[in-house]
Amino acid sequence: MSAALQTIGLHKCFGGLVATNDVTLTLAHGARHALIGPNGAGKTTFVNQLTGVLAPDAGQVLLGGIDITRLGRTQRVRLGLGRTFQINQLFGDLTPVESIGLAVSERMRGGGDFWRGLGTRRDIAREIAELIERFGLGDVMALPTRDLSYGKQRLLEIAIALAGAPRVLLLDEPAAGVPEAERQDLLDTLGRLPRDVSILLIEHDMDLVFSFADRISVLVNGGLFAEGTVAEIMAHPGVRAVYLGGDEHG
Amino acid sequence: MTATDDRADAPAASIEDRALALLARTRRWHWAEAAFWLGAAASFALLPDSHLLLTEIAILGLFALSLDLILGYAGVVSLGHGAFFGLGAYVAGLTSIHLTAEPLTGLLLAGVAAGLLGALTAPLLLRRATDLTRLMVTLGVAMLLYEAANRMAWLTGGADGLQGVMIDPILGRFEFDLMGRTGYAYSLVVLFVLFLFARRVVTSPFGMSLRAIRGNSLRAATVGVPVGRRIIAIYTMAAVYAGIAGALLTQTTMFVSLDVVAFHRSADVLLVLVLGGIGYLYGGLVGALVFKLLQDGLSAITPQYWQFWIGLILVVLVLIGRDRVPALWRRAVRRGGAGA
Repeated sequence: MSAALQTIGLHKCFGGLVATNDVTLTLAHGARHALIGPNGAGKTTFVNQLTGVLAPDAGQVLLGGIDITRLGRTQRVRLGLGRTFQINQLFGDLTPVESIGLAVSERMRGGGDFWRGLGTRRDIAREIAELIERFGLGDVMALPTRDLSYGKQRLLEIAIALAGAPRVLLLDEPAAGVPEAERQDLLDTLGRLPRDVSILLIEHDMDLVFSFADRISVLVNGGLFAEGTVAEIMAHPGVRAVYLGGDEHG
Repeated sequence: MTATDDRADAPAASIEDRALALLARTRRWHWAEAAFWLGAAASFALLPDSHLLLTEIAILGLFALSLDLILGYAGVVSLGHGAFFGLGAYVAGLTSIHLTAEPLTGLLLAGVAAGLLGALTAPLLLRRATDLTRLMVTLGVAMLLYEAANRMAWLTGGADGLQGVMIDPILGRFEFDLMGRTGYAYSLVVLFVLFLFARRVVTSPFGMSLRAIRGNSLRAATVGVPVGRRIIAIYTMAAVYAGIAGALLTQTTMFVSLDVVAFHRSADVLLVLVLGGIGYLYGGLVGALVFKLLQDGLSAITPQYWQFWIGLILVVLVLIGRDRVPALWRRAVRRGGAGA
């Protein structure tokens, strides 16, 4: 049985800088896997290669056993690889209902329909309503996204990704910038994400990592430095050194 | 037991209904829209002396509407939209001379030709898709077309223009007259039909995906929108519309000259659209009305300097921000109302 997502010997250089150094990582089905590492460790470059923004110099990316290394972004999404962004990437003019509706209709391959309005699609409205409810966006569902509070936008960011019914979801620092008042809401929502979605969490925030993940990989200088259960990583002397030493920051 | 189940389901059902109603709302007609089109129809009966000017407005409006499809919805800027207008104008003229003088055939062929050019050049907009490259690529295509029309004098008549364009009566019954009565009715009907289709398209899932591309093409791609294909599709549709607008000009004036592919066509249509506002389909129509009335009014007052005033109005409008004009207007009305 193949893993939900796997990289084999992934390698990427920018000039002389090795941004991703031979990373072989396996995300099991239904996993809650966190990828951590100090600033500049290459987390973003790694995610960009998973999603098809960057092409690796060497190595492979497998989604459910299928080699997606050479596929474009849209194709990867259609195969079930969803993601959220560290900095909100939303549609300011569209309401949450429209944004989620867009993602649902694209998933159903109905996004090219130029004739039939979404106002007649109760099946799509039902899915929208489920996500609106799960993410507590009911009272802002009709507002343009740009008028939502930052915390609500963060939730919508995840709701849109989930509307694509991904089998694998990459959460890129979902709690970044969320004010304290809205934080608990977000953590609760993350905890309630469907178990059949395998999740790779890219995160800085150790509280969130330890409460959410059951497995952790540590990236340092582009390479995989350590991997294990939460307890193993917490006890790992090297990881403590990397995080407490502080010389990797910048 | 059932009572609790009902209560538990109630909020879900209501959010679903509200979501459905919100999605349906974009297609509902606003009373102002009905008023706009009733006014347009009324202008035919009430302003018989202005039919020629009104025809120009309808054609420019259709042309600007076509630019709105790409700029206002997909966020694709263009400085060469006149290429499609000009191609349509020439194809309609050549069709009448060499093939058939039947107007609807000419309209159709003009749309097809412009659409083909649109579909062929659209992929150029996807490479290094920045606004600047798009401005330059569209401008370049329009310049190529201008020079081609200029050089191929054997076909286009070159600088002298295409001579001998004659158009048969529409549907074999309505003859084009000097007062522009038939021409206006024809242009208005074509505009209305194409508007209805465009309205349907922009309120469809396809139209929503265009707004998403304009808002954030990175995220659009990440929810599975094939960004490139959608841009090619809407660009082709806009080219068809512009080609039909050009054909209307040829058929209502029975003349084509190099002026239809001149740079000022592309610049004017952008100006018209900015004047009326992008992204709600009526901007091109309102802009065309305002632009032509200003042009007409100002050139009557100062024949030499009307462009100066148009330029000034444009600069002021863009700096104030057109969104704020209705707000200023409402405030002025409220103040007036309070005073009365």
